Amino acid sequence: MSSSQRFVADHVAGLPKSGIRDFFAIVSQMKDAISLGIGEPDFVTPWHIREAAIYALEKGKTSYTDNKGLITLRREISKYVERFFHVNYNPDNEVLVSVGVSEALDIALRAILNPGDKVIYHEPCYVSYSPSITLCHATAIPVATSAEDDFAIDPDKLIAAWEPGVKAILLNFPTNPTGGVTERSKLERIAKFAKEKDIVVLADEIYAELTFDGEHVSIASFPGMKERTIFLHGFSKAFAMTGFRIGYACSTPELVEAMMKVHQYAMMCAPILSQEAAIEALRNGEEAVLDMKDKYQQRRDFICRRFNEIGLKCHVPAATFYAFPSIRDTGLTSMEFCQRVLQAEKVAVVPGTAFGPSGEGFFRASFSNSYDQLMRATDAIERFVDTLVKEPVAK
Amino acid sequence: MNPVLKLILDGEPLTTAQMGKVLDMSREQIDAELEKLRAEGILLGWRPILNPDYSGPDEVRAVIEVKISPEREGGFDRIAERISKFDRVESCYLMSGAYDLLVVIKAQNLQRVASFVFEKLATVAGVNSTATHFMLRAYKEQGHYIARPEEVDAKPAVSP
Repeated sequence: MSSSQRFVADHVAGLPKSGIRDFFAIVSQMKDAISLGIGEPDFVTPWHIREAAIYALEKGKTSYTDNKGLITLRREISKYVERFFHVNYNPDNEVLVSVGVSEALDIALRAILNPGDKVIYHEPCYVSYSPSITLCHATAIPVATSAEDDFAIDPDKLIAAWEPGVKAILLNFPTNPTGGVTERSKLERIAKFAKEKDIVVLADEIYAELTFDGEHVSIASFPGMKERTIFLHGFSKAFAMTGFRIGYACSTPELVEAMMKVHQYAMMCAPILSQEAAIEALRNGEEAVLDMKDKYQQRRDFICRRFNEIGLKCHVPAATFYAFPSIRDTGLTSMEFCQRVLQAEKVAVVPGTAFGPSGEGFFRASFSNSYDQLMRATDAIERFVDTLVKEPVAK
Repeated sequence: MNPVLKLILDGEPLTTAQMGKVLDMSREQIDAELEKLRAEGILLGWRPILNPDYSGPDEVRAVIEVKISPEREGGFDRIAERISKFDRVESCYLMSGAYDLLVVIKAQNLQRVASFVFEKLATVAGVNSTATHFMLRAYKEQGHYIARPEEVDAKPAVSP
């Protein structure tokens, strides 16, 4: 083999390319497309938060920080998590500030997994879960969630997926891309199971603040669960701070120390300007979060109703800014549907399969967008679906 | 809050037909809701929000701080109402602090503002003093940021 491909590690070479990246390549070729494919808020970070970062820069805050993050920020995180998630973490040794939740998840997995360990996660899910597990030389065991359950996890299915060697369960509720949440009683069963089998739970709750229906429940808050949970959270979604790349992990002193080892060698610390902005977000950002949430909720109601009118069955997501309608009745695969609606009507939505094989038959549409765009996009999708009805797909 | 009102306050310009689509109501229902808001005195009217730099070459805006003596019967209200009735007055507020009324006016030029202050405002019985400030430049108008536009087009069209 002459190409430098031979230098690439086997487990990296074996990773599939992100389906999102494939689709992005197609969308980026097309001018004037309306995109409902964006996995981030359409709002710019609230000005008072940006201004705090500028002020920090003016004051010359350009250094490294403590590996764990600024103690002021960790104290604010501790207070916030206690208030919102009802779990108490000591800012001195139970909180670690990371470069987004992505890094927090990566160091959490690397801190706990030995080669050959297994991790149960639910699917459709965020694109990085399975690859991040594979990169730890561990095995990812998916459990499918379904539209019939509004994409909540079925504890029976999770328990049935268990096999010897399972070290961790990775939960992401509310879920990107489905907007699914899981009710307290089901989470309690999972917590009980985790204790029985002595399993670590990784809880990525990045969309928690964007819960519209009911109250968000963190599995970390259940009795006896703090000791075996790594709670992952960040600022990207609720505070519209994606580009700041700032998140955190909270857990026991032992697990935080283990994550710290990986973090300090790989990353050193999160950028100080983002940390300063995050302090401002936690101190004064709540009003802006509630305002954005309110706007997402109105848009959710609109887009879900439209998809159902069009004939694309769409459950109403209890949280997040994603709708996940079904295209099964069209007879097309997710990728075919998304490519054809893009070609025919210049509307970009993300094929469900980008979020795992169980996303087949669905697409993800972000309603983090203006009404004008949402109306034009749904009208266009309606025209496209109407043409399918007139010319049924040959099977 | 009334959903129609909430949608209007959201600030996105929508036709009544579009509002109907968003709220799953007919156009007639939206019109009826708007009429109701008008009848209840909640919705006072519709006006475009213009960039003050383009609102007319011969136009100046001024804010005037007015100190008045409250009356035994009627307090500040009667004088404030009287001032508010002048067509030139765009807005009039009772304020806490160093002065009593904040009056926003618009006129074709400085002289017209001056003559309004001297001839009309200062001569209203009960007005003790005025302090006029001319607006030089607008940076934000009724929630619309109008200084240098922000560049936010770095977002990828599709992201996880």
